[in-house]
Amino acid sequence: MTARWARLPHPEPAPARTRPYDLVKEFVIALVAVSLLTVALAAVFGAPDERPVTIRSWAQADPADFLSTAFAELDGSSATATYGPPYNSAADGQKIGPVGLAKLVGVRRPIDTADDFVLTPLSDAPQNPDVASALATYKNAGADQQGALRKQYADATTAAKGDPTQIPADTAGPVQILLNQLLSQAQAGSLDGQLLSSGGFYQSDYTKPLLFLNDGTYLAGLADDRHLSGDQWGMMNETGNYPGQPWLWLYTFWYQISPFDHTANADALIWGLMAVLTVGFVLVPFIPGVRSIPRYVPLYRLIWRDHYRSERRL
Amino acid sequence: MSAPPISPGLAAPVNLNHTGHYLHWGVVQISVANLAVVGIMVLVFLLALVLPFPRGRGRDE
Amino acid sequence: MSDQNVPSSVAGTGAGGWTGVVRRRAVRAFPPDRLLPDEQPSWVASWIYVFGVLTLSALCVVLATGGVLALKGPAWWHISSTGRYVNSLHLWSVELFMAFMVVHLWGKFFMAAWRGRRAMTWITGAVAFLASVGTAFTGYLVQQNFDSQWIAGQAKDGLNSVGIGGYFNVLDFGQMLMWHIVLLPLALGLLTVWHILLVRRRGVVPPIPLDAGSADEGDPS
Repeated sequence: MTARWARLPHPEPAPARTRPYDLVKEFVIALVAVSLLTVALAAVFGAPDERPVTIRSWAQADPADFLSTAFAELDGSSATATYGPPYNSAADGQKIGPVGLAKLVGVRRPIDTADDFVLTPLSDAPQNPDVASALATYKNAGADQQGALRKQYADATTAAKGDPTQIPADTAGPVQILLNQLLSQAQAGSLDGQLLSSGGFYQSDYTKPLLFLNDGTYLAGLADDRHLSGDQWGMMNETGNYPGQPWLWLYTFWYQISPFDHTANADALIWGLMAVLTVGFVLVPFIPGVRSIPRYVPLYRLIWRDHYRSERRL
Repeated sequence: MSAPPISPGLAAPVNLNHTGHYLHWGVVQISVANLAVVGIMVLVFLLALVLPFPRGRGRDE
Repeated sequence: MSDQNVPSSVAGTGAGGWTGVVRRRAVRAFPPDRLLPDEQPSWVASWIYVFGVLTLSALCVVLATGGVLALKGPAWWHISSTGRYVNSLHLWSVELFMAFMVVHLWGKFFMAAWRGRRAMTWITGAVAFLASVGTAFTGYLVQQNFDSQWIAGQAKDGLNSVGIGGYFNVLDFGQMLMWHIVLLPLALGLLTVWHILLVRRRGVVPPIPLDAGSADEGDPS
């Protein structure tokens, strides 16, 4: 039921008074003004364009992080390996209360991090006999044996104070040989292409290299320096001093407060909340209370002050 | 990785590619650039309400 | 508005078939002086009214600069200073578009501009705003720079958490480019046309009655 103040007769009576209003002229003037303003802003401020990180630049800048990440991919302990849908079934994915939409949709982009990020790129490249033999040893080993080989590398990393680049050569078994070779391929730049390739010639899907890159701490460190992290309202932000997407303020706001800042289901809960708020925004005209705000915040008196003044005169 | 991909001689006169400036109030963090944009929008909105609109010649007046 | 204002050749009742029905309906809904009026009610006298047309103008600049970027392909603006400038034009026209649209939105909210069978005008505008947010977001994803990498990595979690990521993969550059330059602009364009036609059809909303604020009826909803 529409409130009395908001009710209008149907059909609406023609306005008592009109004024000439040249819509086309208004549009042309606005178009010219906006074009000039755009030209000026672009000329003065330009645009941000920070070069992307490549697997190569990552492996060169932070080989320890690359090796740790590659080990986590092989070990099945990386963020991607433990992600769940749509990449694998290692987890159920996030839930809104009892509802797990992620699980419902299922594994639609299957990724086996050990195979896709480590073993296949090694198998696909021509290797020297040491690497070929290490690869054969690892691939032919049973699950338990593979676990023991990985543990050997993990223990060596711990002994090297967590820095896998400091493990003495040929002391940590086949996994060390494999990961060092993967590091060489990455530093040479060939791993970028191998992760992207899906067997065809043309490529446009960066899911694998981006997931691998995001599993490391290098990219996140750069983003944190630039205030782009989730807990820094990063969604709104842009590199440098450029304005970003300030219209995402409400979405990013929820990530800063309890309970969303410490629940494992934060993304799903915030998406659910934003979905409800979005429907509310679209349906403002039908929501009691919200649709009455304009009446109580009398900005309309300012907007139509001339009209009210002349009405009073009459 | 922060090197501009094209010659710096062609860069914009006001270079916004330096490290960003951020303001913090408790839970709120916002970049100076975003705050400037929002501030300008609010200012423009208020000006649009307050500034007198050019008076057209009313047809029936 | 009566059919007498419409040339008989247009309103012609004689036209038959589906075409005739569509033509009669179109002309009845949008007689020329309603589609492109040369006068407005006297209350249309505030700067707040120009933000709709400013938004539309900015959208035209966004589409034109995006069109130039499309002509030259996605790598152009990383390797050419002209391309970089056109990309800057695209960025700043988007900033202007979003800013004008939000000021327009604030203005229309505080005018309660959905009154008098104008709810659909509000709804199409609100959905156009959401489509713009999505278009801008996919634009950030297809810049092929550090920003894109980071935004894609972050955004995937939100989308995956509710099952959208299986279909709408922000890590797939090709898919996101298609959304950004075909599907979303098409949706936004159609919404914009619909929104503007509704504004022309229903006319500009009349002022809120002045005694409304003092009427003693509690929450009027």
